[in-house]
Amino acid sequence: MHPWGKWGRNFVEYGTFAARKALEDAQIEWSEVGFISGAITVRCGYPGYVAGSTMARALGFNGTQVASSYAACASGATALSVARGQILSGACDVALVVGADTTPDGFLAPNDGIRTDDTDWLRFHMVGATNPVYFGLHARRRMEMYGATQEDFALVKVKNSKHAVFNENARFNKEYAVEDIEASPIVSDPLRLLEICTTSDGGAAVVVSSLDYAKSLGVDDPVRISAIALNTPTYPDPLIDLPYLATDSSANTLPDEIGFKESIGKHVYEEAGIGPEDVDVAEVYDLASSMELDWYEQLGFCQPGEAESLLRDGSTSIGGRIPVNPSGGLGAFGEAVPAQAIAQVCELNWQLAKKAGKRQVEDARIGITANQGLFGHGSSVLLRR
Amino acid sequence: METAPDLCALLTRKETVTKDTKIEVPAVEGFFTVEEESHLIGGRFKKSGNYCFPKNLGGSDPGFPEDEIEEVLLSRVGKIWSYTNSAYPPPPPFIAAEPYEPIVIAAVELEQEKMVILGQVVNGYSVDDLSVGMRVEVTVGTLYEDSEYRYLTWMWSPLPEEEKQGKN
Repeated sequence: MHPWGKWGRNFVEYGTFAARKALEDAQIEWSEVGFISGAITVRCGYPGYVAGSTMARALGFNGTQVASSYAACASGATALSVARGQILSGACDVALVVGADTTPDGFLAPNDGIRTDDTDWLRFHMVGATNPVYFGLHARRRMEMYGATQEDFALVKVKNSKHAVFNENARFNKEYAVEDIEASPIVSDPLRLLEICTTSDGGAAVVVSSLDYAKSLGVDDPVRISAIALNTPTYPDPLIDLPYLATDSSANTLPDEIGFKESIGKHVYEEAGIGPEDVDVAEVYDLASSMELDWYEQLGFCQPGEAESLLRDGSTSIGGRIPVNPSGGLGAFGEAVPAQAIAQVCELNWQLAKKAGKRQVEDARIGITANQGLFGHGSSVLLRR
Repeated sequence: METAPDLCALLTRKETVTKDTKIEVPAVEGFFTVEEESHLIGGRFKKSGNYCFPKNLGGSDPGFPEDEIEEVLLSRVGKIWSYTNSAYPPPPPFIAAEPYEPIVIAAVELEQEKMVILGQVVNGYSVDDLSVGMRVEVTVGTLYEDSEYRYLTWMWSPLPEEEKQGKN
């Protein structure tokens, strides 16, 4: 990984740095890589749209096969899935997955222009519904349905900031107290500035190979990717989410029993043949700290309504039974969209390979990532050793 | 900053002349009616009977391939499913007032259509005045204005009975 920060430099620099580090860690030469899978950034112009090729050129064009993928926050997981598909099909032995971004200050916003048939444009123009507005709506629902408090949301950030103290790649290493968070201004009630992740520059990369190839290099007990989910929702989806103005209607068609977010974890559990009780560590998308609580339930770590208890009894801190966001999460990193899902995988890889230093979760053997992006993208990667 | 000429192509001649002589027009045509009791303009799938909003931007029901959409006026009254605000001015393409007053946004559930629709809450309400379950009706309000026009969007307005009862 390239550390997360805010420098406004060329995203290619961050991506190349991360890629070279990943190759070095894996003791793989760029010339051995049969496939480069890039995660796209839409904020860096054309080079970002063809991120895979842009990174390949920076590393040195050598004829390697390439793909570039965009799925909003799930872009990195999609890029990883593409690489995995190439390997599992036998088309290549070794692939490099890389994503990087340079992001502007302030709210993420649509491209210039007038597009009255673009729901993402309309939600800004007609309603003023920024991303934090959606997070605020869901946080208010937790308060209404489960009695969640603003202190609960602050405690998620406190926990994650404690983890981030030991992560040199995190943009923010400061440990926060509840008072610090409650002193920060409201952005979208009930959520405060320090509870909503910012946007960052960053780059992350992983090298993946077939099991046979790893063995041939003498890696006997590799960290394996057991499952990847790239779910879309099912119709009708009754939960309002980015970037829509309205939900589907359930007037005459019943929603699936399993909600969209729940379906993401379910997919990887089924593919890997395990259940949530088998998971040792998780990296989830805390775009807002309240969202992390939703994920505890959506991934099946506890029943609906119990997430606040799980947080408060220390279960999801390093040292607890199911540490969540040992990296520090988005709260400590800020979001570098195409790199973020890859960064989640990096953290779990280090956890399972016992290379997480002071963030180490003891005996971590199964880890899960989760995030969701705009327009119906949901992703999860399950790693095990 | 959007100017009237940029948006002229979107307007029909459904205008009302107001007291201060500014012409009121929807900021984007086709999403709501402008009348004494305004309605959201939605779509209704003919075969499945499900609704969508906006009328041309709903997702399809995979169980009803090639279903056709007819234009319908959606129910006017709903219940607040959740609410929040935007303490900072949203970026373009939102046109923020100067000076900016935090806009309040509600996600409102329509009972008949069984769907939740976002919209600003009319001026004069803060998040402290709202509660989940509160009944609101759709109306129109000013999104922004220039020297000639007042551009409208749909908004949610708490029903008078809610105010009398007060927030629980």
